[in-house]
Amino acid sequence: MTETQIYGVCGAGLIGIGLYGAILGRSALRRLLAFNLIGSGVFLVFGAIARRGGLAGGGASDPVPQALVITGLVVAFAATAIAVALLMRLAAVEGEDASSRAASRSTDALSPPVAASASNSAGGEEPARAGD
Amino acid sequence: MPGLPLPDPRWADVPLALASLGLALWLTLTRRDRAAVIGFTGYGLLVGLVWVRLGSVDVALTEAALGGGLMGLLLLIAVRRLGDGTALSPPPALLTRLLVGLLCLAVTLGLAAVVLGLPSPAPSLVEAVAQHQALTELGNPVAAVLIAFRAVDTLLESVVLALAVIVLWSFGADRAWGLRPRALDIGPPSSALLLLGRLLPPVGLIVGVHLFWTGADHPGGPFQGGAVLAAMAALVWLTRLGEPPPVDDWLTRLGIVVGPLLFLVIGLSGVVVADAFLGYPEAFTKPLILLIETAKTLSIAVALALLVAGPPELPGSMSTGQPATTESRVTG
Repeated sequence: MTETQIYGVCGAGLIGIGLYGAILGRSALRRLLAFNLIGSGVFLVFGAIARRGGLAGGGASDPVPQALVITGLVVAFAATAIAVALLMRLAAVEGEDASSRAASRSTDALSPPVAASASNSAGGEEPARAGD
Repeated sequence: MPGLPLPDPRWADVPLALASLGLALWLTLTRRDRAAVIGFTGYGLLVGLVWVRLGSVDVALTEAALGGGLMGLLLLIAVRRLGDGTALSPPPALLTRLLVGLLCLAVTLGLAAVVLGLPSPAPSLVEAVAQHQALTELGNPVAAVLIAFRAVDTLLESVVLALAVIVLWSFGADRAWGLRPRALDIGPPSSALLLLGRLLPPVGLIVGVHLFWTGADHPGGPFQGGAVLAAMAALVWLTRLGEPPPVDDWLTRLGIVVGPLLFLVIGLSGVVVADAFLGYPEAFTKPLILLIETAKTLSIAVALALLVAGPPELPGSMSTGQPATTESRVTG
């Protein structure tokens, strides 16, 4: 087996593993990791094909797929950063919801901005609620 | 190294592939999120080695800097702030796991069959690139493809980075708009980290600029250099030796857009002075490419660093859903 075939099959295996993790991942962060594994596997298959083309053309690797993979890696990183920020915001909003529910139980007729600050003080008194 | 009896690098291929697959499988199945993220960082470095074996040193450098370095930092911060494995859903039923496993195995086997049955001779653009590469005066064929032959991809990609920062910033709470991102502010740094934060950035600065500069003729370029520079900025912010700029800082915003903007302006002027959009006039090809690459390195570094730093946040709102205290809102 040549290195092209070994890493091509390796890429195919990574796509399968990533797919499994993306479907059955036990937390959103783990599914994000699995999503990146799929991407990595796709890039590796592409890289193996680039290596074949490169060897056939008398070089080390075809530069066009290499360039595409480089831009792909950067875009995958940007997508992951956005997904991480979404996860954190989701966790923060869930926490705010929990504390504002606690606040609206005590006072019902507050306008939104006042309610927000009230929820802050309520959250400060009951930080345990955020973790429920 | 000549003279040393080094073993044939082909011996490394099967162990390297098995190690990557094993690590990927382990980080998918392990229980703790933190362990999985650390495994993923190591996986990024392993895949960097795989890219070297595939003859793509440019990609290897990008993978090591982005996949192994910045991505690891981003995900470790996320684990730290989201809690480690507290919100794990219960394991799915055995039948579900079996069915999904079979589906994934089928996908893998299908892809492996395609990879092993690729047509011969392989299609190749090596000669086409080598034929026209002299026009760009660049010695690195990958750089020539990125900046000239497939310049539209690179342009779109740099626009995507700028858009990603805008999207990321929009995740901040309304009250936090105009403040600094604080995702990297996770408490006082340990003395070892502080030492690293003082020693590494000067070296990293030189390595980053060198990677960008040498990218014209050797592996490297704006992406690799920009990623190293961004990592240095993130390290400084992590050790509290500096703070990320507030999101309404106009100099930061200029830094994000200068790369794509300059690229776009020069590309559009190519319609008039050269033959096509993103075409360069022959006499000025190298200076124009250098100008674009410099601006692009800066923009990529700024954008990547800001992507790690996260959306703007109220002071004190460190952990999940813990609202800011009254005092910190007054000062903010």
